Amino acid sequence: MGKQLINTLTGGDKLTLSRVLTQVENNTAAGNAALEELFPHTGNAHLIGITGAPGCGKSTLVNCLALNLRQSQNVRNNPRVGIIAVDPTSPFTGGALLGDRVRMRDLSGDEGIFIRSMATRGALGGLAHTTAAFTQVLDAAGYDIILIETVGAGQSEVEIARLAHTVIVVEAPGMGDDIQAIKAGILEIADILVVNKADKPGAENNARALRTMLEMAHSPGSYAPSRKHLLSSSPDKSVVTDVQNNEKKWTPPVITTVATEEKGFNELLQAIEDHHNYLKSSGEWEQREQANLQLEFEILIRDTLTMRWIEKLPPSVYESTMRDLYQRKIAPHTAVEKLLAYNK
Amino acid sequence: MQEKKIRVLIAKPGLDGHDRGAKVIARALRDAGMEVIYTGLRQTPEMIAETALQEDVDVVGLSILSGAHNVLVPQIIEKLKQNGQDEVLVFVGGIIPKKDIPDLLNAGVTAVYGPGTNTHQISEDIIKATQRPPK
Repeated sequence: MGKQLINTLTGGDKLTLSRVLTQVENNTAAGNAALEELFPHTGNAHLIGITGAPGCGKSTLVNCLALNLRQSQNVRNNPRVGIIAVDPTSPFTGGALLGDRVRMRDLSGDEGIFIRSMATRGALGGLAHTTAAFTQVLDAAGYDIILIETVGAGQSEVEIARLAHTVIVVEAPGMGDDIQAIKAGILEIADILVVNKADKPGAENNARALRTMLEMAHSPGSYAPSRKHLLSSSPDKSVVTDVQNNEKKWTPPVITTVATEEKGFNELLQAIEDHHNYLKSSGEWEQREQANLQLEFEILIRDTLTMRWIEKLPPSVYESTMRDLYQRKIAPHTAVEKLLAYNK
Repeated sequence: MQEKKIRVLIAKPGLDGHDRGAKVIARALRDAGMEVIYTGLRQTPEMIAETALQEDVDVVGLSILSGAHNVLVPQIIEKLKQNGQDEVLVFVGGIIPKKDIPDLLNAGVTAVYGPGTNTHQISEDIIKATQRPPK
């Protein structure tokens, strides 16, 4: 791929971009080399996550959002938009059906938009292991805004909060009452809440339940959970304090949309811009970036150490320990201790 | 430690509105361990080539029931080549008269399948043609 990869990508060579993404996804040496070359050119794009239950309209919302972003003058001037659409891999066959593009046909033919589908390949948090690396490639290639659509999420697929600057949680009417709204999990990670399909009955109730939930969470004196707990396994205490003491704390707006009719998107675009400005002016942008990089590093070092350790272990030792485990002679924890001790 | 997966685009070019066959194939290839991108109905050759490019697929499967295969298929193959994707394999399925098959193969199609083809056969052919195990 050579030294000029960055020039090739910023020059708009979509074939090279697409092939680099494949190498990165397959975790090849070429893919890692590309990431290494591109990394100094990253850190410019605004990463926006879109998550929510299956069928709530994420793909349609992404379609409409991308169309509106491309025409917008205020968020950024005609920004180039990259889209990463994640769908699940079958746990049984390893195959995947990636169908998000069905809702994104309006985006076809726009040179300023690049859409890539990806399968989770066994990852559980709503993203694939290489989604973060994909954002780096698109970022370096000059995409100003990157929309990341997660798999249809349940209550705890919250990985997107560790990656995106702005998380949009999409809900649809009729999927739960106000008890759902005060549960922990996906709603807590929202920077912007969208009630899509607002032409359906119950949308107003849904929006009201969400607003009530937000009032509870953000009323004076209440303990508002900090996203910093999510962002790193060992949160930097000073960072947490800074954010909580910040006077201009962000309260997620609740926006109603009808994505199929392009309704509510002026408000959504405004909310995205407001959140972008908030992140920049409060210093949270840098904090999130640092926490994201720290987390990526921690995951990588854990995986690498595990891999190198297993490579050094004779397979026979591993297998005999597994046999003891299957026969319930030793507990999993003891098996780990035994194998770690062997390697010493 | 990811292995390379076979990536397949299943597309419906032209104007016919029946995609049950395309969905059956998409599902069968998914079950054979491939990553299948499905784009929905009424795609132009430009749209199909653009998707194949962005998704870096190994295989494009075209489902055509409208009779327009002699026009659409060569256009799609031409556009794939223009984008530098000469190595992408093109398979065609649908209602294709026997007499049209040689021309399609000459235009660069790897194989043509009619109604009732065993889906297992198709996934085997794709695996063989891409020369990789499906996992």
